[in-house]
Amino acid sequence: MKVRVDVMLKAGVLDPQGEAVRAALGNLGFEGVEKVRQGKLIELELAEDDPEVARARATEMADKLLANAVIESYRVTVL
Amino acid sequence: MRAAIIVFPGSNCDRDLKVAFERAGAQVSMVWHKDDHLPEGIDMVAVPGGFSFGDYLRCGAIAAQSPVSASLVRHARRGGYVLGICNGFQVLTETGLLPGALIRNAGLKFLCQDEPLVVRDSGSVFTQGYAPGQRVTFPIAHHDGNYQVGPEKLAELRGEGRVAFTYADNPNGSVGDIAGVVSRNRRVLGLMPHPERAVDAAHGGTDGQAMFSALVAGLVAA
Repeated sequence: MKVRVDVMLKAGVLDPQGEAVRAALGNLGFEGVEKVRQGKLIELELAEDDPEVARARATEMADKLLANAVIESYRVTVL
Repeated sequence: MRAAIIVFPGSNCDRDLKVAFERAGAQVSMVWHKDDHLPEGIDMVAVPGGFSFGDYLRCGAIAAQSPVSASLVRHARRGGYVLGICNGFQVLTETGLLPGALIRNAGLKFLCQDEPLVVRDSGSVFTQGYAPGQRVTFPIAHHDGNYQVGPEKLAELRGEGRVAFTYADNPNGSVGDIAGVVSRNRRVLGLMPHPERAVDAAHGGTDGQAMFSALVAGLVAA
C-alpha cells in the first residue's frame, strides 16, 4: 500500500529556499507570485493492506524521522 | 580525560577534533557509528563536523538514528559531557539533546570563513577558558547553520543563560545571533563554528585551544 507524507516548514519558519524560488520566478517574468514555500514529498510503499494501520505506521515514522517537529509539519495521505 | 569521537560516513572533522583533544592532553578513541556502545570510562563524547549520510533528509537526521546515537543519548542523560560541532550540533538537535533546529543559511550560500564570535556567560566548562564577553575567532564552514527556535524557547535559553556563543556579525540568519547553546545541565554544547580548526598557528588562529584545555582540566566524572 502506498502512503504519501508531505513535509512542510511550519508557518512562521523562514524558508530561504522558497524565497529564492519566488525571486527567480519574478526574474522569469511570472508576476504576482506572492509567496513560495518549498517542502518534501516522501512516498512509502508499505507491506500493509489496512489503510488505517498504514496511516498510523506512516504517522509514527513521520514523528520519529521523516519530519522534525521543531520546524516542520506533515500530512499523511494513504494513496 | 578520555574522549570518544563518533565517526559517521561523511564525517570530515573527526581527525582534526582528535588532534585538538590530544594536544590538550586527552586520550581519544574513535567510535564507528555502527558500534552500539561507547568504550568504558569515557568522560566526553564528541560529534564532529562533516556531512553525515550526505545530509540526506535533514542534516544530522539519519546520524541521530545510528546505533551509536542511542549510547550517546544515554551518556548525556546520565550527566556525561557531549560536544557537537557543526554537523555534530545538527545531530544533537535531531536527537533532542539540544533544543531548536539548524536550517539553510538565510543567504542560501555555503559559508567558509573566519567568523568573529562573542563568548557568553553560560556557566559551562566549555567556555571556562574564556572571559564572558571575550571575542574569539573560529572558522565556520556550513550551508545549514541558521539556528531556529521559537520565541518562547529563545526567551528560556536566554533566561537560563544557555547561550554559549553568539556571532558578532550574524552570517547565517540564526535567531538571537546564536552560534552555540548548552543543555540545561551545562554539559552538552552544540556549536556551529569550528574551535578544532583554530588550535595551531598554522590554522591562522589558536582561539580554540582554550576550549579543549578547559575540557581536559575541568571535567567532573559523570
